Amino acid sequence: MDTNLKQKLMRYMAGNFSCQEIAQLITDYLDGSLNLGERVRFQIHLGLCFACRNYLRQMKHTIATLRQLPPEPVPQHVKEELLERFRNWKQHQPQSSVRSENE
Amino acid sequence: MKLDEPGLVQALQAGDEQVFAAVMDWYSGSLLRLALSFVPSRAVAEEVVQETWMGVFEGIHRFESRSSFKTWLFRILTNRAKTRGIRENRYEPFGLSASSDEGLSLEDSLFISEGSRMGHWKDPPNAWEPDTPERALLSKECRVAIETAIENLPATQRQVMTLRDIEGVSSEEICNILGISETNQRVLLHRARTKVRRELSPYVEGDNT
Repeated sequence: MDTNLKQKLMRYMAGNFSCQEIAQLITDYLDGSLNLGERVRFQIHLGLCFACRNYLRQMKHTIATLRQLPPEPVPQHVKEELLERFRNWKQHQPQSSVRSENE
Repeated sequence: MKLDEPGLVQALQAGDEQVFAAVMDWYSGSLLRLALSFVPSRAVAEEVVQETWMGVFEGIHRFESRSSFKTWLFRILTNRAKTRGIRENRYEPFGLSASSDEGLSLEDSLFISEGSRMGHWKDPPNAWEPDTPERALLSKECRVAIETAIENLPATQRQVMTLRDIEGVSSEEICNILGISETNQRVLLHRARTKVRRELSPYVEGDNT
């Protein structure tokens, strides 16, 4: 197929999804929940559209950044109370259901 | 934590205090984060975390590894938090907020809505700086902005985003924990991501823009 025709065809197929639709479908795409046809059209659009490529990268960056948020700090008194509750609970367990650590 | 999961569960079932202390230390921060998406205050969220661990003490001997330990923990917390949220009059059932919220209009506002260029970007997105995540989080200001964006999400979006993007739980497990459909889960997640992306963008736009 000559390059010109190939490009025309790709543009035609990419035209199936607007940039707005690409933005709407990003989570589905990243989740792998698009069907084969949609995925191909999604990727063709991306191949032709730098703005959507940038947007996809921005979304991936957003997700990667969220992944790095540290856990909420747990106050010391809560931790101590938890241990206290654990000991309390363990004390009231019948020996048959909880093995003592010295065994 | 060095223990593999079966070893961990066995030690917990045996009531090993050291292991319990380590596990509570390791997971309580994540539990607290999730609890905050259900209940109105930090104090109540801390109580929910305490109740969750009580549930773990009581239930660990019945844990059968059909899900991961972490998923099991999140499920216990979700059940306790929902009960709590209802008591505190906060919990909104899924679906109510899914159809009518600003996540959708926020995304729509990025695009031309009429004429021959309908559906094209009004303002095409630029490339963010390549080393964004690490660098961005170094700035405290930026972290506060992200945390605030998350706090301002509707509760259901916040729950899905916390589980999926922050804690890395699979979508299948999230549906299971929260009792929602895969489609609903993706819609909620997508809207949450769209909003957080907007809040993050001023901190990571390339210098050349």
